[in-house]
Amino acid sequence: MFVLVLMEDCLAKKMEITVSEAEKRTGRNAMNMQETYTAYLIETRAVESQNEGQCSPVDSLWRRYSEFELLRNYLLVTFPHIVVPPLPEKRADFVWHKLSADNMDPDFVERRRIGLENFLLRVASHPVLCQDKIFYSFLTQEGGWKEMVNETGFQLKADSRLKALNATFRVKNPDKRFTELKHYSDELQSVISHLLRVRARVADRLYGVYKVHGNYGRVFSEWSAIEKEMGDGLQSAGHHMDVYAASIDDILEEEEHYADQLKEYLFYAEALRAVCRKHELMQYDLEMAAQDLTSKKQQCEELATGTVRTFSLKGMTSKLFGQETPEQREAKIKVLEEQIQEGEEQLKSKNLEGRDFVKSAWADIERFKEQKNHDLKEALISYAVMQISMCKKGIQVWTNAKECFSKM
Amino acid sequence: FLTSEFDLPEYSVRRRYQDFDWLRNKLEESQPTHLIPPLPEKFVVKGVVDRFSEEFVETRRKALDKFLKRITDHPVLSFNEHFNVFLTAKDLNAYKKQGMALLSKMGESVKYVTGGYKLRSRPLEFAAIGEYLDTFSLKLGTIDRIAQRIIKEQLEYLVELREYGPIYSTWSGLEVELSEPLEGVSACIGNCCTALEELSEDMTDDFLPVLREYILYSESMKNVLKKRDQVQAEYEAKLEAVALKKEDRPKVPTDVEKCQDRVECFNADLKADMERWQNNKRQDFRQLLMGMADKNIQYYEKCLTAWESIIPLLQDKPETK
Repeated sequence: MFVLVLMEDCLAKKMEITVSEAEKRTGRNAMNMQETYTAYLIETRAVESQNEGQCSPVDSLWRRYSEFELLRNYLLVTFPHIVVPPLPEKRADFVWHKLSADNMDPDFVERRRIGLENFLLRVASHPVLCQDKIFYSFLTQEGGWKEMVNETGFQLKADSRLKALNATFRVKNPDKRFTELKHYSDELQSVISHLLRVRARVADRLYGVYKVHGNYGRVFSEWSAIEKEMGDGLQSAGHHMDVYAASIDDILEEEEHYADQLKEYLFYAEALRAVCRKHELMQYDLEMAAQDLTSKKQQCEELATGTVRTFSLKGMTSKLFGQETPEQREAKIKVLEEQIQEGEEQLKSKNLEGRDFVKSAWADIERFKEQKNHDLKEALISYAVMQISMCKKGIQVWTNAKECFSKM
Repeated sequence: FLTSEFDLPEYSVRRRYQDFDWLRNKLEESQPTHLIPPLPEKFVVKGVVDRFSEEFVETRRKALDKFLKRITDHPVLSFNEHFNVFLTAKDLNAYKKQGMALLSKMGESVKYVTGGYKLRSRPLEFAAIGEYLDTFSLKLGTIDRIAQRIIKEQLEYLVELREYGPIYSTWSGLEVELSEPLEGVSACIGNCCTALEELSEDMTDDFLPVLREYILYSESMKNVLKKRDQVQAEYEAKLEAVALKKEDRPKVPTDVEKCQDRVECFNADLKADMERWQNNKRQDFRQLLMGMADKNIQYYEKCLTAWESIIPLLQDKPETK
């Protein structure tokens, strides 16, 4: 789809990856009910250096969409600081009336095949992601891959949605850049969705305009039957009207590729959002830990000096039922001091973690921005080229028709 | 108050639509054996069409101009007295009133007042003309509906395009490096909208009215055919009446002879007019359809220019910061 800019030492340079075929399968699902699904053939081949003239063998295995999803979820959890490439849509969305919304539709399957290949290429050309063993196994190891992924226990590491939402609302000092990025990705999602929706309507209407012209073909033919000198001109002009009406099918099919390119970045916006969310979560975690530490320190101080600055139930009960013994107090202070030390170490490492995260996330975000600008520019250029081609076809057809009319 | 001015070498007069209507009626009355060109539609639904809009007036003017040119080109109609007066009289209304008086005095009207004679069968060549006109006006009606439908679809397409273009502009506001390219695409789509609007307007103003004119033309021609039938029927009836009298008349009575003359004149005039009409029709439609093709070509050329012009903008590499 896009011309990928390949980084050094990435897998894509060493290995040719294609999703070459799609096949309908039937099987039994988890609830032992029969289901139909599509399987995709992934073919890989080591890239030979130019000196050797040998052609290495092609390895291949079949995967279905749900396995791709599993892979992506693994990558999301394992590399939260990376903007993970998105998968093509699960269900057909933003369709105009002629396109089928059916997942089994051959055109949809074909476009999904291309999208899945694109996904694999994007991961393989990412400097960090391409080195992952699970990803490599996905491409090369047919059996036991699912078990291997689950053994990593990544699902346990996944942050809960609720936790993330909570953090979003309560975090006090997120990095400003991430806040801006969050707004950007929200707006990007919104504008691309709108664009895709209206584009589908535009396609629908354009289809109508072209198809109605086909009626001219028929009526010119009927009319030519009663004419003498005008007959031939009318008849042949009618033929060109038929050609015109038929041309819209190919034109709109090509435009779907443009829509797919936009969709990829619609979904990429969600991946950007995920990185921002992770940052908010980490920042919130940090803030909570710092808060906890502060309160423990305070408690310790109060116990040591005997002043009660903060209200506590313990404080009240001890007032009512008598102070605790010095030994008890000592014990408490010790426990707290241990906790404080632990807490300070934890805070240190969390701080470090947070800074590392921001640094590496931001590096990937910069890489992503460049990729996005490059890809979308290419998409716009190819869209303009499509429009130019459509205009030229239109001029050709009407010029031909005009010539026929001139011979009337 | 519709006015039309047309330049003749010597005269320049002002006329309203109803004057044209009067002229046409007069021509039909005084030259019943000829095909009189049609006028643009008389009645327009108030509120739907703005009778004073520039487009409507211009469309009507062109049609009225065509009407006069067709009469001018006709070897018989162009010499018609009423036509002459129409073109030259300063006060047409006075002539109109006078004309009414003259009519009653001199019985100028060559009105073929035929009293319900029924023709047994139309001669082949006129039957063929009748059939041709039937099919012809039918096909034109279909083309009219198709053209209207296309215009409607184009306008609906335009509505969507008008929403589509600005979204690129909104997006442009979110971006930095992509800002200019996206804005460029937005402007480009805007240009295509303008071009499409012009195409639809042209089709409405120039294409549809001519089609409708020819449909009206066919209708009036079919009426002339019927009149011809009437004249022939009268002749045949009178001839039959004479034959039935069983008198051994060596000579046919004069009024029957006159009928025969009338039939033969009518047939000759009509045949000549049909030939002329066919020729003109061919040229008119050639011009009309070539015009339609031309407008579509121009539309696509405008869009092509717009899209070609933004390619360099899209390919432009920004200066490295």
